[in-house]
Amino acid sequence: MTPEFGHFALALALALALVQSVLPILGAARGNLMWMRSARALSVAQLLFVGLAFAALMRAFTVSDFTVLNVAENSHSLKPMLYKVAATWGSHEGSLLLWVLILTAFGAAVSFFGSNIPEPLKARTLSVQAWISVGFLSFMLLTSNPFERLFPPPIDGNDLNPLLQDVGLAMHPPLLYLGYVGFSIVFSFAVAALLEGRIDTAWARWVRPWTLAAWMSLTAGIALGSWWAYYELGWGGWWFWDPVENVSFMPWLLGTALLHSAIVTEKRDAFKSWTILLAILTFSLSLLGTFVVRSGLLTSVHAFAVDPERGLYILMLLALSIGGSLALFAWRAPMMEAGGLFKPVSREAGLLVNNLILAAATGTVLFGTLYPLFLEAVTGDKISVGPPFFNASFIPMMLPLVFVMGLGPYLSWKRADLAGVFQRLRFVAILSVLGVLAIWYMTMGGPVLAYLSILLAIWLFLATLREWALRIRLFDVSFKEALRRARNLPRATHGMTMAHAGLAVAIFGFVGSSAWKSEQVVFVGPGSNIFIAGFDVTFEGVQRLSGPNYFADRGTLVVRRDGEIVTMLYPERRTFPVAQSSTTESAIRSTLAGDLYASIAAPASEDAEESGAWTLRILYEPLVNFIWIGSFMLVLGGGLSLSDRRLRVGAPRRRTIDATTSVPAE
Amino acid sequence: MKRILAFAPLVIAVIFGGFFLWGLNPNRDPSEIPSVLIEQPAPEFELAAVEGLQTPGLSRADLTGHDRPIVLNVFASWCVPCRAEHTVLTNLVERDGIRLFGINYKDKPKDAVRWLANLGNPYERIGSDLNGRIGIEWGISGVPESFIIGTDGTVLFRYVGPVVGDEAIAKFREALTQAGALEERNS
Repeated sequence: MTPEFGHFALALALALALVQSVLPILGAARGNLMWMRSARALSVAQLLFVGLAFAALMRAFTVSDFTVLNVAENSHSLKPMLYKVAATWGSHEGSLLLWVLILTAFGAAVSFFGSNIPEPLKARTLSVQAWISVGFLSFMLLTSNPFERLFPPPIDGNDLNPLLQDVGLAMHPPLLYLGYVGFSIVFSFAVAALLEGRIDTAWARWVRPWTLAAWMSLTAGIALGSWWAYYELGWGGWWFWDPVENVSFMPWLLGTALLHSAIVTEKRDAFKSWTILLAILTFSLSLLGTFVVRSGLLTSVHAFAVDPERGLYILMLLALSIGGSLALFAWRAPMMEAGGLFKPVSREAGLLVNNLILAAATGTVLFGTLYPLFLEAVTGDKISVGPPFFNASFIPMMLPLVFVMGLGPYLSWKRADLAGVFQRLRFVAILSVLGVLAIWYMTMGGPVLAYLSILLAIWLFLATLREWALRIRLFDVSFKEALRRARNLPRATHGMTMAHAGLAVAIFGFVGSSAWKSEQVVFVGPGSNIFIAGFDVTFEGVQRLSGPNYFADRGTLVVRRDGEIVTMLYPERRTFPVAQSSTTESAIRSTLAGDLYASIAAPASEDAEESGAWTLRILYEPLVNFIWIGSFMLVLGGGLSLSDRRLRVGAPRRRTIDATTSVPAE
Repeated sequence: MKRILAFAPLVIAVIFGGFFLWGLNPNRDPSEIPSVLIEQPAPEFELAAVEGLQTPGLSRADLTGHDRPIVLNVFASWCVPCRAEHTVLTNLVERDGIRLFGINYKDKPKDAVRWLANLGNPYERIGSDLNGRIGIEWGISGVPESFIIGTDGTVLFRYVGPVVGDEAIAKFREALTQAGALEERNS
């Protein structure tokens, strides 16, 4: 019964979305306040019904209702409960439902928390959001119904792809979607503003928290996915420039640009049409990601069940939303008046450089990702574009950005004094050079690009900290006074410092783990010895163990350094008989200095089990944990900025109440 | 000028859309790499033996004139999947009597010798393709790759990647059977 109920709830949500896509925007055009306000109830009700549908699907998974096709295909009665729940969004249909759930949640959140947004803009924004809802709800109901029944029901399910049975991955899609779909509301704001024909500093201020929230989720989602690939896939890497990784990275790059250009629009009333364009393009790239993953357009390690009919429907949605919004942009953007003027050396110019580089980098990734498709269409040749292209084009492009990032916060609005800035950064520059020399001395060898990146990372880190120290006048005034100043500093400033420093930390990780990685792949039997990065690793043998829905071959490795046992590593290879696939559970000894990473591959043949010969892959990845720490700092920085008083709803009012109540009654 | 510029994003998006529409063609499989060599005579080549190895070198003439089609495998000691594939190939040679020839691709002779000493050498002849020049002639996209060559030197089948795992082995065996290199169900 519940599956039909869920299906019905989806249909109702579509009906509500249809009303919401027309009524509020008509109200805004006619000045009918009632119609405009209907958006609030409609968006909340829409969220409620999509939420009910989602709950119905989740229930079908938790009770292993194999009469539902989706459950039978993606679940198994013996699977741990957490993964039954996570399997709700493990399939194409389920993940689409999650997508729509988040979409409607953002709509409801705007109508709920956006009390400071003027009614007409809010009504238009929510109507635009409902257009997207209509598109995706109808897509789901017409081509990918998650509640499709199956008769006769199988005894047991097909099991979820075992690779996806992991805590990191259970969390990865929801976060990534929060990011992807979060940009939908920014897109809706942009389209609403184009319809109104007015963009001002207030608009930028209303949009900023939503951009930040989406950006944070996307950052966390990408980092989590990368972390998952690192420790679960057993490939010993955290980024592979795979098309599906790229399509999540592009909205991030452009979203970062948007985050910064919106500041200029907010503070200086400039970059208006550019900010709008970024808002449209960021969400367009999110949609593109959804399209690429589900249409089988490009070959990738991440693949949903591919269905060209679905692809065509999504392409139609893309054409309507992206084409429509860009056409609107082409029509309305030239009418927007230019805002505040600025000199070539100024905060605005710095942010312009940031935007240009990020946009160019996005273009590069987009081109590299789609080039195989273009080439095949034009010449019929099939090629794949891999890491060498991206490493050679993307990284050198980002280096100047890191340099400017160090400078940017020192620049004042309108006109900055570059000589003065360099004066203040003199010691930072000297320290960075000394730092990189020290690292060169320690490592003795490595690519020039690696040293250059390290140099810029130190530069960024120190310049960011120095700027923060200057603001609170650390070392100039007493420590107590500095602390007081730090408290009074807007949280957004702390957020920026945290995020910029976080990127510097992450760069250490990127460079360390790619430039100074050591790797060995060996054929081992019991007693084999491997030397790697100062460790002496002994392979003891393999044991057969059994888990709830798999059995595992577990290798035992003794790791010694200078003759003393440092740790034991137990890499596993798990075989899932039901799903007929296997996963690699790598074993990692993790320290701040680096990870020692071991994984065993399948025995070369059935004979190997008798002879005890296994393929052992052992890696040392220096500084890799800095990536996760840096990513965490990026998200934390976003959170700090989001909690800034300026962006909090109704914050000024609460502040005054606090002030009055805290005055002691004398 | 400003007006034209404002249209640029739309124009670019439409061009992208056109490519996407083309790419949705259901008969298109982006992961399939076709080989221009299929049904064509194998390219001319002559490779010296791997230095320090007893196995003789390989030329095109060595591939033809056998009583049954043979397998040409491109491998390297630095290639991890080759290791996994090695046992499968060895089994094909030892149990099924397949005749196996190898091209050692961009490999240091010393490494190749050690690799074969460790794992065993199922190859009848091995040509050392030090600079990868012959690899280009064969149009390989990576190592390992395996070709089935007919008795007259025609390339009958190409397998990209390691023949590892039940599915891959089944596919390769089927191709061998079809080519007549493998007697029906004798494993």
